[in-house]
Order: sequence, then structure tokens, then C-alpha cells
Amino acid sequence: MRSRARKLVLLAMLALLVLVPPAAALLHQLFYVDLLRRVMIFGIAAVSLDLILGYGGMVSFGHAAYLGVGAYAVTVLAYYGIHDGLLQWAVAIGGSMLVALAIGAVSIRTSGIYFIMITLAFTQMLYYLGISLDVFGGDNGMRLPERSQFFGLINLNNGTEFYYLVLTILAAVVLLVQRLVESRFGMAIRAAKSNEARSRAIGFSPYPYKLAAFVISGGICGLAGALLVNHTAYLTPDFMQWTRSGEILFMVILGGVGTTAGPVLGAFTLLVLEDVLSGWTEHWQIILGPLLVLAVLFAKRGLAGLLPGGRGG
Amino acid sequence: MNLQLVLEQILNGLQLGVMLFLMAAGLTLVFGIMNLVNLAHGSLYMVGAYLATTFYRWTGSFVLGSLLALPATLIVGVIVEVVALRTLYERDHLDQVLATFGLILFFNELIAIIWGRVGLFTDLPQWLSGSLDFGGGFSYPLYRLLIVMLGFAVALLLWYVVARTRIGMLVRAGASNRMMVAALGVNIRLLYTLLFGFGAALAGLAGAMAAPIYAVQPGMGEQILIQVFVVIVIGGIGSIRGAFAGAIIVGAVDTLGRAFLKPALATLISPTAAQAAGPALASILIYLLMALILALRPEGLFPARGH
Repeated sequence: MRSRARKLVLLAMLALLVLVPPAAALLHQLFYVDLLRRVMIFGIAAVSLDLILGYGGMVSFGHAAYLGVGAYAVTVLAYYGIHDGLLQWAVAIGGSMLVALAIGAVSIRTSGIYFIMITLAFTQMLYYLGISLDVFGGDNGMRLPERSQFFGLINLNNGTEFYYLVLTILAAVVLLVQRLVESRFGMAIRAAKSNEARSRAIGFSPYPYKLAAFVISGGICGLAGALLVNHTAYLTPDFMQWTRSGEILFMVILGGVGTTAGPVLGAFTLLVLEDVLSGWTEHWQIILGPLLVLAVLFAKRGLAGLLPGGRGG
Repeated sequence: MNLQLVLEQILNGLQLGVMLFLMAAGLTLVFGIMNLVNLAHGSLYMVGAYLATTFYRWTGSFVLGSLLALPATLIVGVIVEVVALRTLYERDHLDQVLATFGLILFFNELIAIIWGRVGLFTDLPQWLSGSLDFGGGFSYPLYRLLIVMLGFAVALLLWYVVARTRIGMLVRAGASNRMMVAALGVNIRLLYTLLFGFGAALAGLAGAMAAPIYAVQPGMGEQILIQVFVVIVIGGIGSIRGAFAGAIIVGAVDTLGRAFLKPALATLISPTAAQAAGPALASILIYLLMALILALRPEGLFPARGH
């Protein structure tokens, strides 16, 4: 019953997202297509974080790093005249996975607060590295010369086509993560989360499983980075700023840790809230900050906990 | 590369090191004893810098302004502890990180509302702005030298308080068993609040000292905060000794790297390549050092005892 209710909720969300562009066109509010595309891109990043946080218990405060690596991969290739989207995005994913492998190899040896601080510090390192790359705009960043191209099949300059591409990728990522979590591999990382010593006693070392999950998560987030730079058409080192990592983490917590739809809901809530608040006042962060504190203190289960079947599994 | 330059950079490294130590000491005490991760520690540094600058302008005295900033930051710290952080002690680190992240957004915006987004700049008073001549053509700014000496003095005082006084004993006892200390009749809640305020005052001191030499602007706390994390991870979380060693190491590596990495690289590879790679490598040097130390000793150089 519960999993059926969950499936229905997911399908309803999908249907709503499919209907956004025609509805926005009807109401002449094309801005919302843009906003929701951004929401979905961050949704992908949040889903990738939830894979290691919600199921693997690894609190990465550095997911903005992969967003940045993915974005830099696309922009740097475009800068040198390579606009083939498949190649660009493959490099974005592969590069992010390599970076995640390096960061994960060091940080997974530790746990708890060390893990949080180390992932944060490495992301900051990449941020400074981005700033010092004067060829690619340094501090100011640079314009993406041209959006990724797919042999004329999909035109990313067309807002609606880009929107549906992001939606498709989001759905695929959600499905992939769900399959992963329910697989034998997913059971291994969930077991490591609940009790590492017991996992070892059963006869498998959690380290390679956790590292693999970390690398997969980084790859997915790198893809989100490739999408994000196509969305903004402008690359800045700010993609890797540590507050960005905090935002992605918040999306997961807000939506519900270890849930299927939660991270996407969280991304939606946080970004729409930011949009609404910044429409009211220039000093919107003074409202958002305490709201986030309250959310942590009182909304432990996240938004997905409010949905029917939301806590399945 | 002459001797004067090397000496000057070593002193610069020490100066950065003691400032990092003042920040790291408060953060590591609060973590080691209350088991609380406080990202907003950088905000207290920022508050200290703004208050010191403002008090300096009101009173016209740099020393008085800085001295006033200490109790003021302490009070801000106590308010933050009582209002927001007290409920977080029992929660997991993830909740603490996120809640204090929310506090950072709040403080940065509050500062921007009160003082504006443009940085504040203050000049040092006449008597502090000179350089001390050591002879042999070597001189060093008096103010930076004072920072180094003050930092060492605070480190010594801190060691004395924690290791040799009754208050320090209570703090150490509270760290190893909170329930037991409370059962023996100590108001542990008050102790925690005071300890947090004390850590805030140390951050405020660092901020007040930083005000005349760095830019005072919203968000200034986060930049140093992440360096302080590196310090704590290198030194070992919860250990004051580790914080001191880590701070001096990070201060020295960062400063010397920025000063000498480029010329050193230029002797190995072509000057144009060194021009590009030098600054990039210098800015990530402390993180590479952190990775290396973690690979060799995951607990840090001086892990706290009893954890």
C-alpha cells in the first residue's frame, strides 16, 4: 500500500512538472519555466547528495565541488571550440567522478565531524583554484560561448526543449538512485550506515562500497553542473562556493533525508522561497536564515514525511 | 631572496598563525567540551571586527575600542547560545551544521543592514602605525608584531586557565562526563554558556585585531572559518595544543607558500608557467597539507585525550 501511494505521488509530481511549460505559455508567465528548470537542476544535485547522505550516512558539505567541475568541463571544452554535448557532458560526469574519487578516498577514511569539515575544505580548495584560473575568467568567471549541441536534435537555446530535457534527466536520475538503493549494492551502503562494525563482521569492508557510492553521487552532481552552466550560460567560481554546498544540503534535509521525492521537493521549496523573499526585500537572507534554523529544530522528518507513503522504505 | 624578506615572511606567517589560533581555540573548546559544531564562529569574528571599528570611532581610542569589543562580542555569543544553540547540544552534527549555517546568513545580512555592504576601513593610530627597526636594514610593522605577542600571551593564559585553575578543572570534567559533573552540584548549563561566551570573546579579539589590517565586510568570517577548520583537522579536534600547532603550521605554510612558491617554481619550470601555476598552487597548499596529514594520521597531529 505504502509503496503504491508513493508511486502515485511521484507520478502526480511528474505530471505537474510536465504541465508547467504549456500552463506558463497559456498564462504568459514564461519566467516560471526558467525557475522550475533551475529547481529541477538543483533537484538532481540534491538527489545525488541524498544517495550518500540519506542511504550512506555521509554528510558531504562539499557537493558544490562537482557542480563546479561539471560546469567548468563544459565551459572549458566550449572555450576550445568543442560544442558536442555528448562529449562535454561525458567529460563533466567523468571529471566529477575523478574528483569525487580523490576527495572520497581521503575523507571516507574519517567520519562524523571530520568528514563534514574535510569535504568542505576540499570544495573551498577547488573554489580558490577556480578563482586563480585567469584563462577562464578567474574571479569574474566567463560567458559560456555556446550552449551544448546535440546534432540539432535538441536545441538548448529553446527554453521549453531544454526544460523537458532536464525533466527527463531528473526522472532518470531519480529512478537510477532508487534502483541503486534497492539493489545489493544499496543494501551494503545502508548496512554500513546503520552499523559499520556489524558490516565488517558479516564479511564485507564498507570502504569500497561507500567510496563507490560517493563517486556515483559526484558523477550525477557533475551532470547537474553541466546542466546548470547551460542554464545560466555563464560560468563563475561561485558555483563552487561553500554556501552553495550548504544550500544543497538544506534541500535534502528540508525535503526529507533518504526519501525518493524529498530532495526535489526540498529544492523546490528552498528556491521558490528564495525567489519570493528576494521579491519582498533586498535583505531576504535575514528572514531565510532564522527560517532555516527553525526548520532544522522543528521539522525533523522533512516535507516528504507529510506526503502519503512518503516514509516508505 | 634575501634574509630580510625571509624573516619578514616568517613573522607574517606567525601573525596569521596566532589569529587562526584565537579562532581555533574557541571553536575546538566548544567542540571538544559541548560536542557542538559551530559554523557561526566566523560570524562572531566578524561581529568583533565591526564592533571594535565602531567603538574606535566613537571613543577615538583604538585600545579602548578593541577592549570594549571583547565583552560586547561575549554578550552576543551568550545571546546566540541561549536563544539558538542550547537546544542543539543533543542533536547530531548535521543538524548543528545546518542550524549554524542559517545563523551565518542571518548575521551577514544583519551586518549589511546596520553597516552596509561596503567594507569599513580604519587607520591605525599614529603610535601603532610605525615599524620597529631591528638594525641591519630589517624592520617590521609594530602592529603586526604586537598581534604576534598578544597571541602568544593569550595562548599561555589559556593553557594556564584550562590546566591549572578550578574553572579549567570543571571545564575538563564537564567534557569527560557531563552528567557526573551536574550530579556533583555544578551548574553545567551555566558553565557551557560562559564557555561559549568566552570562545566568542576570543573570536571577537581576533576580529578586533584583524580590523585595521584586513577588509571589514559582511562575509569576512567565512573565509577565515574554513582555514580554521583546516587548522583544527590538522591539529586534532578538541585539543588546544593541536589547535596551536595547527594554527602556526597553517599560518606559516600559507604565507610562505604565497611568498616563495612562485620564485621557487620559476627555477624549476619556465617563468611563464610558474607565473600561472604559482599562485594557484599557493592558494591550495594548506588543503593539500591537510589531505597529506589525514592520509598519515586521520586523528590529526595531537588528538584530544579521552575521546
